[in-house]
Amino acid sequence: MFDLVVLVILLPLLGVIVNAFFGRRLGERWVSYIGPGAVGLSFLVALILVLSLAGLPVDQRHHETILWTWIPIGNFQVDLGFLLDPLSAVMILIITGVGFLIHIYSVGYMHGDPRFARYFTYLNLFVASMLTLVLGNNFLVLFMGWELVGLCSYLLIGFWFERVSASDAAVKAFVVNRIGDFGFILGVMLIWTTFGTLHFTEVFEAAEKSLQSGAPVAIAITLLLLIGATGKSAQIPLYVWLPDAMAGPTPVSALIHAATMVTAGVYMMARSHVLFELAPFTGQVVAWIGAATALLAASIGVAQYDIKKVLAYSTVSQLGFMVAAAGMGAFGAAMFHLTTHAFFKGLLFLGAGSVIHGVHDEQDMRKMGGLRSSMPTTFWTFVVAALALAGIPPLSGFFSKDEILATASSQNIGIYLLLTIAAFLTAFYIGRQVLMVFFGQARSDVHAHESPRVMTIPLIVLAVFAAIAGFFNLPGVGSFSGWLGEQAGELNLAVAAISTLLALAGLGLAWLLYGRSPVQQDQRDPLAVRLGPVFTLLERKWYVDEIVDLTIARPFKALCSFLAGEMDLGIVDGFVNGVAWLVSLFSRWLRTIQTGFVRSYALAMLLGAVLLIVYVATR
Amino acid sequence: MNMTLLAVTFLPLVGALVLLLMDNQPSRRNPAVLRWTALGFSVFTFLLSLPLLLTFQTGAGFGSGDMSFVTDVLWIIPWGIHFHIGVDGISLPLILLTTFLTPLALLSGWTSIEKRQKEFLILMLLLETGMLGVFVALDLFLFYLFWEFTLIPMILLIGIWGSDRRVYAAIKFFLYTAVGSLLMLIAILALVVIHANQTGQYTFDLLALKAGLKLDPAAQIWLFLAFFLAFAIKVPLWPLHTWLPDAHTEAPTPGSVILAGVLLKLGGYGMLRYNLGLFPDAARTLAPAIAILAIIGIIYGALVSFAQKDLKRLVAYSSVSHMGFVVLGIFSLNPLGISGAVLQMVNHGLSTGALFMLVGVIYERRHTRLLSEFGGLGISMPIYAALMLIITLSSLAVPGLNGFIGEFAILQGAFATNWIYAAFATVGMILAAVYLLWMYQQIFTGEIKNPANAAVRDLNRREIWSLVPIVIMVFVLGLYPALFLNIIVPAAQSLASQVIQHAALTLQFPFLP
Repeated sequence: MFDLVVLVILLPLLGVIVNAFFGRRLGERWVSYIGPGAVGLSFLVALILVLSLAGLPVDQRHHETILWTWIPIGNFQVDLGFLLDPLSAVMILIITGVGFLIHIYSVGYMHGDPRFARYFTYLNLFVASMLTLVLGNNFLVLFMGWELVGLCSYLLIGFWFERVSASDAAVKAFVVNRIGDFGFILGVMLIWTTFGTLHFTEVFEAAEKSLQSGAPVAIAITLLLLIGATGKSAQIPLYVWLPDAMAGPTPVSALIHAATMVTAGVYMMARSHVLFELAPFTGQVVAWIGAATALLAASIGVAQYDIKKVLAYSTVSQLGFMVAAAGMGAFGAAMFHLTTHAFFKGLLFLGAGSVIHGVHDEQDMRKMGGLRSSMPTTFWTFVVAALALAGIPPLSGFFSKDEILATASSQNIGIYLLLTIAAFLTAFYIGRQVLMVFFGQARSDVHAHESPRVMTIPLIVLAVFAAIAGFFNLPGVGSFSGWLGEQAGELNLAVAAISTLLALAGLGLAWLLYGRSPVQQDQRDPLAVRLGPVFTLLERKWYVDEIVDLTIARPFKALCSFLAGEMDLGIVDGFVNGVAWLVSLFSRWLRTIQTGFVRSYALAMLLGAVLLIVYVATR
Repeated sequence: MNMTLLAVTFLPLVGALVLLLMDNQPSRRNPAVLRWTALGFSVFTFLLSLPLLLTFQTGAGFGSGDMSFVTDVLWIIPWGIHFHIGVDGISLPLILLTTFLTPLALLSGWTSIEKRQKEFLILMLLLETGMLGVFVALDLFLFYLFWEFTLIPMILLIGIWGSDRRVYAAIKFFLYTAVGSLLMLIAILALVVIHANQTGQYTFDLLALKAGLKLDPAAQIWLFLAFFLAFAIKVPLWPLHTWLPDAHTEAPTPGSVILAGVLLKLGGYGMLRYNLGLFPDAARTLAPAIAILAIIGIIYGALVSFAQKDLKRLVAYSSVSHMGFVVLGIFSLNPLGISGAVLQMVNHGLSTGALFMLVGVIYERRHTRLLSEFGGLGISMPIYAALMLIITLSSLAVPGLNGFIGEFAILQGAFATNWIYAAFATVGMILAAVYLLWMYQQIFTGEIKNPANAAVRDLNRREIWSLVPIVIMVFVLGLYPALFLNIIVPAAQSLASQVIQHAALTLQFPFLP
């Protein structure tokens, strides 16, 4: 029966086919049944499968389904095969579950859009691709999902392709992800060259058997895989695509940031944890990259005005937490934070979408304010998610973040410090956002209205999970970690107390600046007043985009046009044409001998005869 | 004597002769009778080639002299010239590619070729027989005959039906190719003479030469290079590529489709059949140098592509990059790389052929190829945008579509030979995303600024149906490449094992302690 796992992917794919070919004829009503319905059914199948999987003894929770041999080239054999085990089970539940809610929400959000059917085609494809990624039983099927997810993000970020900024952001997302793929695909090739297989279980068994901890090849493989992870999971230095990705419709941001796409890198590292455990050096690198990203992105989030941009940098920062956890070998904690984050970040984005919808496509928080009373459901659910993100107990974010902090405190004090500061900033920027958006007086003339029920019900469902998901994995009990075969996190009271206090302090600081006397229309940001140029630096995102443009994008374009112009047309083709020119020059000269005058020929003959005689005579 | 292969090879020629006898001015009742006749012959050729695929007995192929559908008769007896044709797992996919693409290419010029339609159709059919002949020939004389035979129709296609600088492009194409061909002719004669000196017997028969010839290393290198130059120009390998952008830009759409789709593959096929097949030792010696040129081509082609302002030139330079992968795969000298190279040739034929058809569509409507003239076409031409997207993704090797399988096999094969090759070549795969998405963005996204772009009509039924077969193959070969790989791999394995003597077919895994 576990072969039904194919159905989990096939159902959304069916939605893709139906909506792509018949969507326009079917009309909005039918599309809005088919699109979300396909994912909903997929969720049901996934749920049944996972429950049956849980019914099995621990050592039997591993089922592979092979469709056919995908690439058969001699001893290079790769199956189109799928693997259902506790790790992929968690992922498919998140993807189809949260994905389903986002689909339903989208029915309201995209209502009336002329490309309604196309939107759901892409959205279903996104879910199907992500499911392929997490269900693949080898590195190449994973890579197929990996690339298709990148493609879907390209299609959806650029959904409103008439806007130049949207299509620019779409290309940026795809290209930056491809830079990451460069590392990933080389890693895959090194895996095959080393182990002679790409099949997960075979690779990991061979690695455990034949490699010692710290083996150079393990370090090389994991570092290459890490490059891929920094692309998909938006880590330094490849995080730059994610904040721009908000150019797409807001539910798409929710899907990218919560259920799909960015979790791929963390999932991939958790999947290959055997390899990462054999390479402690890589672990260190991963942990530092994660922690640095967490702090950098949080610092940027503090000084943004766009409601979605704050959340985008928040995602980068939270992914940093997960990556740091993975680097420290706490894969259970990483996956747990991934899960809770899927709930509260999905909720935050959908809430932001509801706000944007309510204030008629305004995204600047300086023009919002006072939405608490006009959008009560959105407000309350948003607050739940914000507190979960800030790490206020007993909401889910507290437990998952705390497990990571506790691990860091016992393993690496530097990383612990970076993450703790990031956690403080997190509480501050999300507090600032809630206060700027929902409190005080309205700072524009737009009359805000609450969103329709098709949008608010998903918010409520997500809010429930954002609140209670922490209890899946209580410290010391660790049912979630246990499910993944990991150790339960330990309760570290000191760490928990410090982080809770810092979270409260962050929220309190936000209240001091933005809550006590709410920002008025056209008033300068109180934080900007106090921080001055530092605020500008943060607002401009440490000028990273400008630096990238100056040091990479421009030189690249210059190199290309140099190669196309001076080099190709000038030197390479010039050489060819030069040869042709020399030949024609020579023949033009040769032609002058043939004057057609008999007397010159006779003269030449005479001269020749004389020379010949002289030569023979003097020899 | 196998009639099927004979019929497939020469049916287009028969079609050309039939057209020759037909009235120049088509009857008023059916103005398209010439076109339909040509299309009919090419479609029938394709249908006839399907049994080749279905009845092919997978075998070791040329590497061990094991060919299928063979016809072998002595032709010019005193010189030992045979009419010897046959296929193996390396040529069969390319034959199918040829018979598959020719009718589609004819469709792509259905309305755009207005002057001298009859001559155009005759040349297209002659070209098809020429290309098929190159793939099936097992006699050096016959091979050379067909090889040169492809040249003439192509020059005329460019020179007569091309755009503004067509004569310059045609002459450049001719001179480039002729230089390579002449050296190859000398090498062929040298081979025959050396063989005759050794055995006292004149023969041009490829299998006899391959079995009977003993060459010292220096001679191998020189003969290898003489053949290689001709093939490298055709592929084209950097830095011998500069004829390609001109030829592509000036050629009419059907000419570009065939040029990119099939003609370039003659070079890759030649390298496999002749360079690897006849001179394995030289191939081993020169492989690193050639692989480096291929890698330079991969990256260089991609970078130059990115800077193009002309849509056709962009696609042309992308061919330089993609065909670099083919050469890299071949000279990885292992079954993975070689299988990948053959598959990549088919894939490139499909996706770049389709790209040129799509470019032709927009050129026919807007009479310009400048990227800056477009923008916002996603609004006015949604079907066109969707088909272009699929083909673009196939070309930039998204897994699940055909392009990925070949490129990955090549990269993995190159990695097994030397990981540095793979590291650099992978850069080319990344860059493909950059220039192709850049191209797509400029054509389709943004607002419509030029009113001419608002008025263009979307694809008509003929255009859609000429592209659908390719799109289907893009998915079929992406998800079930075994369709061709099962044929290719045994032949690639025997070829590779012949080049790397004594080395087992299984690759070493050098990194395991």
